[in-house]
Amino acid sequence: MKRIGTGLVAPAIAVGVAVVVSSLALLLSGHSAIAAFRAMADYVTTTDSLVTILNKGAPLYVVSLGVAIGFKMKLFNIGADGQYRLGALIAAASAPAFSLPRPVHIVAIMLIAMVAGGTWAAIPGVLKVARGVNEVVSTIMLNFIATGLSAYLLATYFRNRRVVDGIETKSVPKSGLLPSLNGFVENFGIHLRRNTTLQGFLPVAIAVGILFYVIVSRTRFGYDLRMTGLNPAAARSSGVNSSAMIIRTIILSGALAGLAAMGFLLTDYNKYSDGFPLGLAFTGIGVALLGRNHPGGIAVAAFVWASIEQASGGLLNERIPTEISKILQGTLLISAVVSFEIVRRRNLTKSIKQAAAQSHATLSPAGATS
Amino acid sequence: MTDHAPEPTPAIELRGIVKRFPGVVANDGVNLTVLPGTIHAIVGENGSGKSTLMKTLYGAHRPDEGDIVLGGETVSFKSPRDAIARGIGMVFQHFMLADNLTVWENIVLGHEPGSAALLNRREARRSLRELGFRYGLRIDPEEYVSELGVGDKQRVEILKVLYRGARIVILDEPTAVLVPQEVNELFTSLRKLTTEGVTIIFISHKLDEVLAVADAITVIREGRTVGEVRPGDVTARDLAQMMVGRELPRPVPRTDRPSEEVALMLDDVSVAGVSDKAALDHVSIRVHKGEVVGVAGVEGNGQTELLDAIMGLRPLLSGSIELTHHRLDSMSTRERRDAGIGYIPEDRQKDGVVLAAPLWENVMLGHQDSKPFSVRGFVDRIAARNQTRRIITDYDVRTPSTDVAAIALSGGNQQKLIVGREMTAGPAVLIAAHPTRGVDVGAQAAIWDYIRSARTNGLAVLLISADLEELLALSDTLLVMLRGCVVATLDPVKVTIGELGAYMTGAASGGEAA
Repeated sequence: MKRIGTGLVAPAIAVGVAVVVSSLALLLSGHSAIAAFRAMADYVTTTDSLVTILNKGAPLYVVSLGVAIGFKMKLFNIGADGQYRLGALIAAASAPAFSLPRPVHIVAIMLIAMVAGGTWAAIPGVLKVARGVNEVVSTIMLNFIATGLSAYLLATYFRNRRVVDGIETKSVPKSGLLPSLNGFVENFGIHLRRNTTLQGFLPVAIAVGILFYVIVSRTRFGYDLRMTGLNPAAARSSGVNSSAMIIRTIILSGALAGLAAMGFLLTDYNKYSDGFPLGLAFTGIGVALLGRNHPGGIAVAAFVWASIEQASGGLLNERIPTEISKILQGTLLISAVVSFEIVRRRNLTKSIKQAAAQSHATLSPAGATS
Repeated sequence: MTDHAPEPTPAIELRGIVKRFPGVVANDGVNLTVLPGTIHAIVGENGSGKSTLMKTLYGAHRPDEGDIVLGGETVSFKSPRDAIARGIGMVFQHFMLADNLTVWENIVLGHEPGSAALLNRREARRSLRELGFRYGLRIDPEEYVSELGVGDKQRVEILKVLYRGARIVILDEPTAVLVPQEVNELFTSLRKLTTEGVTIIFISHKLDEVLAVADAITVIREGRTVGEVRPGDVTARDLAQMMVGRELPRPVPRTDRPSEEVALMLDDVSVAGVSDKAALDHVSIRVHKGEVVGVAGVEGNGQTELLDAIMGLRPLLSGSIELTHHRLDSMSTRERRDAGIGYIPEDRQKDGVVLAAPLWENVMLGHQDSKPFSVRGFVDRIAARNQTRRIITDYDVRTPSTDVAAIALSGGNQQKLIVGREMTAGPAVLIAAHPTRGVDVGAQAAIWDYIRSARTNGLAVLLISADLEELLALSDTLLVMLRGCVVATLDPVKVTIGELGAYMTGAASGGEAA
């Protein structure tokens, strides 16, 4: 309980700083901070907004988990963007090619996306293990290649020729699409409007979050992964094969990026086109940081991030620039990283003192009697 | 400073220094009197309060009670800057030098001669050369620090302090990083400094070195001054007893004999070095069940490579390694661990513990895929915590709980945790590098006892140590390594420290006294 209590100190400070800074920005631009926050709050607390937040937050959550699993091992996969793109494109292109019963079809498409994302991520992994190439550099560069490659593949092999006024793949057949959750929440007395859909990717994201926790915190693989991240030399001495760990982890990371794209492909965007939502892979890096690489923290972070994004819609009605939400997100991220670090150091100093006190406490009586 | 004073005023007097930290009284009434132009050693176990006292003197924190008197005048330091202004300089154990700068650049850094805009390079070099000449600390000012050896870097640190006008130099464990030849050079330099009127405070727990170099010795135990002695009046044993406050354990002569069965066999093992010279050069070692084979040698003569070769952390150029008739050569580190090799690494913070992880996760390290720590790929946290509790009790690890990060523990307690972890796993062979490095004398005796009793129960131990006393106390057979080769096999009962030293430095060769 106490741990959770002190755990909330840092985020509270971060939220405070973010609110103060964005209020200042609002005042400087001649707007009322109170009006702005009220408009945002009013807009974001509607059921429709909540549904949108969950629909957008779920893929963001999964992509952030992918980034976080790399971070846990001090492996900086900045290439989630490319892995996400290729996962989306290849899954979209292959989904119409076969027909299967619904749940099997969905799982098959997801697996294809994960294999595509994972394979793309394996390239920097192999480069790092075999040639010592820094993964930050190689993953960033592979993002550009992925952008070009996906545009080329979309325009040539994967294009649906029957559509003349747009460049897109064929649509994913109905059997491959995730069902909406409207019927499910109906059971709990929540009635959504006809044109509001709570998308079926949310349970997938929750399952991935739980799996992330179990794998990282409870399995030996997760133990090896965390120890390698904290002290590579000690992990190696303890018998961890660091090369294998790098490859496995970066593939997992890429697979999650690919899977995240299914949050859109298998729901309302049932095809890949130039209008397919991109960019959340980069956001995922920030969300993973904000969530301290912990599945629970990232869930909160993804929700908060998507909420601010959504809340900016409320600013439009008040004629306040929506960029204020970007300031809010940015300051939140920076102040969170700083305040988490401050709290971590304070806790560390405290436990060092405790250990020293312990050492002294057991030392003195023995020293006095002998 | 006058050369001939009838009644010298002490350069430093500390009177009744008390320094409390939350829950700890680190210094509890320490008195210290240091005469000018002398080398004054301060000895004490780890955690006895030496470092706290020196930080007080250096102005890093202020004492809760007591006075600091410099040359008869009571002073109060708000920060190290005040102490430096008063001519007190400190050379830390870990060097604080910029590798990519030259010697002179490092030394003048922060105190550059010349105007604010222009650095007077010629003046800097000149004053440095003069300083080096005056104090007998010869070093090329144009050399890059990255090119220097450890001994030279230390000289740069001392020069840096002198350049800032220090007349009192505090050296924190200066010999910990030096090889024996460099230690001698350091001592010569220190004596030269004292003839120039510089006062030296020398913190150490290497008693023979203290006896060799100091003019006076103050012993500290549990934050209090135990006494001041002259090196001529005491032996290392007396000093150790003052430090510990109890009898030192005498090595018990062994009554039983090791088994004839070979547990670990290295046959003609070679490992590549940085240049074309092999770092490990056709080494053959046999360790029998129930035997401790000690490896003596100046650090850097192939010991690290030997450890890496056995643990599978470095590829072999030639030769083979067998563990009770199973070839290890093609096994991974993990497989070797699982085959029954316990490992106490040389550098505990680098290879032995994960500082940011809690103790119970550190106890799993190296044993994470065997019982009780993991079952079918899942970590058993309860079993791991129980095991950690057992090790904390059995090995007297001082910690508030099993869940604090390893970094919260002192080095000695970390070491006890590592030793406990490896011994509790019940290995067939223990590869122990410096098993008692940094632990206090009491814990050292306990660790030695553990190794002895495990040996009696059939454990084969390969012991690599820089502590000759430890090697002589534990080993059944003593090997000496020099330049990647085993140059002598000795009987620890018959060998003298002098002989051992001769083999270690290459002054003698071909020993087969066993």
